[in-house]
Amino acid sequence: MRNVAQGPIAWRSELWGSPLRALATVLLLALLAWGGFHAVEWGVVHAVFRPDAEACRAVQHGACWGVVAEKWRPMLFGRFPYEEQWRPAVAVVVLSAVTVLSAWPRSWRWWLAPLWAAALLLFVLLMRGGVAGLAFVPTSRWGGLPLTIGLAVVGLALAFPMALLLALGRRSGWPVVRTLSASYIELVRGVPLISVLFMASFLLPLLWPAGWQPDVLVRVLAGLALFVAAYLAEIIRGGLQAVPRGQTEVAMALGFGRWPVQRDIVLPQALRLVVPALTNSVVGTLKDTSLVTVVGLFELTGALGLALGGDPTWRPFYLEGYLFIAAVYWVLCFGLSRYSVWLERRLGEGAR
Amino acid sequence: MSSGASRRGAWLAWVVQALLVLAVVAGAAWVVNHALEVLRSRGVRSGFDFLTEPAGFSISEGWLDFDASQPFWRAFLAGLVNTVRASVPAAIFSVVLGTLIGIGRLAPHVLLRGICTAYVELLRNVPLLVQLLMLAFAIANLLPDPTEPVRLLPGVWLSKGGLSVPWPASGEGGWWPAHFEWPEKGDFGVSGGAALSPEYVTIVAGLSFYSAAFVAEIVRAGILSVSQGQVLAGQAMGFSPVQQLRIVILPQALRVIVPSLTNQLLSLVKNSSLAVAVGYPELVSVANTTIGSNGRAFECIAIIMAVYLLLSLLISFGMNRYNARVALRGWR
Repeated sequence: MRNVAQGPIAWRSELWGSPLRALATVLLLALLAWGGFHAVEWGVVHAVFRPDAEACRAVQHGACWGVVAEKWRPMLFGRFPYEEQWRPAVAVVVLSAVTVLSAWPRSWRWWLAPLWAAALLLFVLLMRGGVAGLAFVPTSRWGGLPLTIGLAVVGLALAFPMALLLALGRRSGWPVVRTLSASYIELVRGVPLISVLFMASFLLPLLWPAGWQPDVLVRVLAGLALFVAAYLAEIIRGGLQAVPRGQTEVAMALGFGRWPVQRDIVLPQALRLVVPALTNSVVGTLKDTSLVTVVGLFELTGALGLALGGDPTWRPFYLEGYLFIAAVYWVLCFGLSRYSVWLERRLGEGAR
Repeated sequence: MSSGASRRGAWLAWVVQALLVLAVVAGAAWVVNHALEVLRSRGVRSGFDFLTEPAGFSISEGWLDFDASQPFWRAFLAGLVNTVRASVPAAIFSVVLGTLIGIGRLAPHVLLRGICTAYVELLRNVPLLVQLLMLAFAIANLLPDPTEPVRLLPGVWLSKGGLSVPWPASGEGGWWPAHFEWPEKGDFGVSGGAALSPEYVTIVAGLSFYSAAFVAEIVRAGILSVSQGQVLAGQAMGFSPVQQLRIVILPQALRVIVPSLTNQLLSLVKNSSLAVAVGYPELVSVANTTIGSNGRAFECIAIIMAVYLLLSLLISFGMNRYNARVALRGWR
């Protein structure tokens, strides 16, 4: 069952080792060949790659990648003013560069926090404009990939400190704090994200003074952060539980106060343990940002509807559009999950 | 943590906690009060009294017939029933498919492993909403018209109009199903059997395929947690690979699998709320329609949250009971 052997020599015996295996091999190869043939025929051989709607309609059994060639800019940037779209592009590159830099454990130093603050500020400045000669773009016109990545990054950044407090609170010696933290975590984890987003978009406006409508982006971000915090809190709590009690006791015996013990001894070890789990949570959050389309924000998923829904010429080729944005999500999420596996191995080596 | 707290420290702790309770209560009271005030100033009525008024919209499908003259509470009930009607089959399909794929990921056959791995990596890394929208589009636009359905299996027809499957029909006067009624293809589409709407097929298939990828990972981790010695012992007993799996590995793997599977089922039920985006009338969809018709956002969202919390509790309770049965008793 297990003992999965590796390498081409083992594969040969796996593939042809017994009559049953040989039969399975033949059947699976036939299935792959059949599927592969149809996929290549549809996606490559008969496909139209030019942004030519006539040619797309003429083709019978082929993909129309022309829709991507024609609409990639509204798909990736939503309703952001066309001639200003270099700004969200640069904003995405900035956030990606900082993300890639912080993915390297060697750069986990004090300067990472100010670097992130600067990157987020630059992101907002580029998107919003209104300074340094950049035209002002209201948040209602932000969209596409920058919004997807921005929501995930800022949502996580807001959720993390809250999650830290909730996790510590759930382990607190004070029963009131413990109960409040646990109730919050269980309450939020028990409801769908969509209901939290509905609440943020329908109810938060009621709390603001009449006449001043808070930005829908801000409301949704608040909802997302409140939701993600509950999940992160449980991951962090897992890490806190995994730090041996002895560590706390030794530190207390050495005269450390209660807070310094948590801050300097327990938390650094706990967070190190849960970094891979946190990375998985980042993947989840990135996917979850697609739900904001339900409350009327045009991130990657919403931008696709915007780009194709209002255009009868290209509307029949939605499937190709979905495949395109699915590929974008896939590259981001698969990259992150591979990173998480790599990191787990690397941190594991360090701990051994 | 409370070790070493002096008497003064204990006092302080209670004072701080009491203040915290006060702050939370006061904050909540202010929020509710302020929201009600704003609502009143805008002339919006509030409260749950609307639940007994006629809904004014109808629900196209489900086990509970619902038309526009019936009250809102019945609409919410029909929505809840529809949530269950989508979640239960999706849970069953995803556990079956996920278990097969999870076992396939460890199979001693490189092609099978590769296909199962590709399935997991492809579906896990694309948002469920995108998959649902893609499925909905494919069903609505790429399938043949209801008059020319494709036959998937004997008695299973698929078209733009949805899926038709054989369904037990009760015989003369008896409640026990006497025979299966098979869908037949006629000139105006398929008749007989159970006709499942395209929206229902979208949400059940989408949820099942997506969750199966996660269930597969849970099953794989569970199987890998069984110690190698157990497998070798099984081989020494002369068990076949299937017997090893059934008698030695799965019973032990279940101990690791069940708690994670509980989490996965909870998220499946919560994910069924995405059906609102593909037009299947489950609870969230009904609530959304209600908000659109009478603006009672607070009440409707409160109902959604309360119902999901209740569902989550029920699933946790049931799965914990099951877990207690499969968990190791005695030492260890």
